[in-house]
Amino acid sequence: MNPVLSIENVHKSFSTGFIPKKREILKGISFSVAEGEIFGYLGPNGAGKTTTLKSVLGLIFPDEGRIELLGRPHLDPRAKERLGFLPENPYFYDYLTAREFLDFYGQLFGIPKSARDERIARLLKLVGMDRSSGLPLRKFSRGMLQRVGLAQALINDPAFVILDEPLGGLDPLGRKEIRDIILNLRREGKTVLFTSHILQDIEMICDRVAIIVGGRILSQGKLTDLVSEKVLFTEVTVSGVELEELAALGESLTVQADRVLLKVVEEDKVQDILTLVQKNNGRIHSLIPRTQTLEDLFVDMVKPQ
Amino acid sequence: MTVKIVKVIALNTFKEAVRDRILYLLLFFAAVSILFARVLALLTVGDRAKIIKDVGLASISLFGALMAILIGTGLVYKEIEKRTIFTLISKPIRRPEFLLGKFFGLVLTLFVMLLAMSLIFLALVFVHTWTIEWTMLVAILFIFLELVLITAVAVLFSCFSTPILSSLFALSFYLIGHFSWSLETFIKKARPGATKILLQVLYAILPDLENFNLKTEVVHGLPLSAAHLLYSAAYGIVYAAFILALAVLIFRRRDFV
Ligand SMILES: Nc1ncnc2c1ncn2[C@@H]1O[C@H](COP(=O)(O)OP(=O)(O)OP(=O)(O)O)[C@@H](O)[C@H]1O
Ligand SMILES: [Mg+2]
Repeated sequence: MNPVLSIENVHKSFSTGFIPKKREILKGISFSVAEGEIFGYLGPNGAGKTTTLKSVLGLIFPDEGRIELLGRPHLDPRAKERLGFLPENPYFYDYLTAREFLDFYGQLFGIPKSARDERIARLLKLVGMDRSSGLPLRKFSRGMLQRVGLAQALINDPAFVILDEPLGGLDPLGRKEIRDIILNLRREGKTVLFTSHILQDIEMICDRVAIIVGGRILSQGKLTDLVSEKVLFTEVTVSGVELEELAALGESLTVQADRVLLKVVEEDKVQDILTLVQKNNGRIHSLIPRTQTLEDLFVDMVKPQ
Repeated sequence: MTVKIVKVIALNTFKEAVRDRILYLLLFFAAVSILFARVLALLTVGDRAKIIKDVGLASISLFGALMAILIGTGLVYKEIEKRTIFTLISKPIRRPEFLLGKFFGLVLTLFVMLLAMSLIFLALVFVHTWTIEWTMLVAILFIFLELVLITAVAVLFSCFSTPILSSLFALSFYLIGHFSWSLETFIKKARPGATKILLQVLYAILPDLENFNLKTEVVHGLPLSAAHLLYSAAYGIVYAAFILALAVLIFRRRDFV
């Protein structure tokens, strides 16, 4: 199966300053997004996520590299027929009402009037903005704009949706709503690429991720492959055992009344603790194996830079 | 290139322009200026209707040009500055379609504004002469052609510089365009040589907006030469097309950041 988006060795520099000085922002980006998946593109502030997306959309022209979108060269309008895009910090025509705004984009896709009206009503409802449809966009809050922006991205019933920080500026309930919309898109067979800082969101809904740091992709793949299932350490809470006896087996993190929270790294030491507790007629209150999270991975990658 | 997309963008641009207050401010001053002709006419001896026509047409031309410049120079720049162009470019449209849409949207706006100004003007002339003077419409049609050209220039500057700078450039274009004909006298007087050739080249490059000025002819009832009208119309259209092509060329490969 052909990828929905493939980016190969994309380089981009910007010249800034009075005496132009070149700064390479993208230093050879390559990754691809497969059909039907939710792909997370993550990286710290200023890593080059938005710059990558702008290259894909033809807003900026890469100095080098190839981009293919929905099986066509990425600048081909026919590829964009089936694409939806939500920019970060959406800015829209503030003199239009939400309905006029969506209608304008619907017209650009040549959707006939009756189908357009029906779709606009459905999308406004989907993003929870049906009550504000007659309000000019200049009176919208940031989160409301974000929602209308998402409706705009879906106006052409796209096969592939690119969302630049779709969860930014939303309240917790709104974040869940948008996450559900994204999951629903996958259920409808659509492909989604989105960027986010919020790792829990990525962890919760993405199939695959790419991590970009300083203009380079440091890691990409299935979330389950990147974040190893390997147990990093085990947290055990016990009581009824002398602290000194436990000290050799693990690092005691907190002591409350007679309860001790231990961080145990080696797995056979966990067994030793269990035997020790049995021998002393003590009790195990909890035993939690900690696996690696995306955050651990992310922090590991970003730190050395 | 599809006409349909250009049309959709043009209509949206029209919506943007007519929701801009500055347009109505200019329209108001244009109306004041046209009606002021009536006051001037009362104060002067001579043919009052002629003064009203003269001042009225001049007002329409000047305020039309101001509308074209003040709105046109912001059109493209604002889209980039406010980043509304991000979502637009992500849709299946080509950059030239965007630019032409903006251009025709403003042309449509100016057409409607010109219509409004003409109504006021013709009504004023009517109460003085009790006839509807259709030749006035010919003069106004050529003012419209001039505005089309100025719009193209405003859009061109708007592609790469700020509205204030663009306005200055476009205003200079307007002024130079109305005085470049005086070069002709210089050329006639100049002795053959480098200076003369230089002046001739300059004259060829500089816009000659007086081509669109039919005031003298219509006010004094002089015959209009079909050849001149045809030449002026072709001049305006070719010049505007050339400016737009230049704008497309500049706009085609630029980064929106
Ligand atoms: N027009 C520009 N001129 C110069 N530098 C730029 C330009 N646009 C972006 N940059 C630089 O490129 C780098 C990457 O920017 P980009 O917006 O792609 O980051 P990002 O990963 O989207 O960050 P964030 O998570 O904050 O949105 C930044 O260091 C930024 O300063
Ligand atoms: Mg960004």
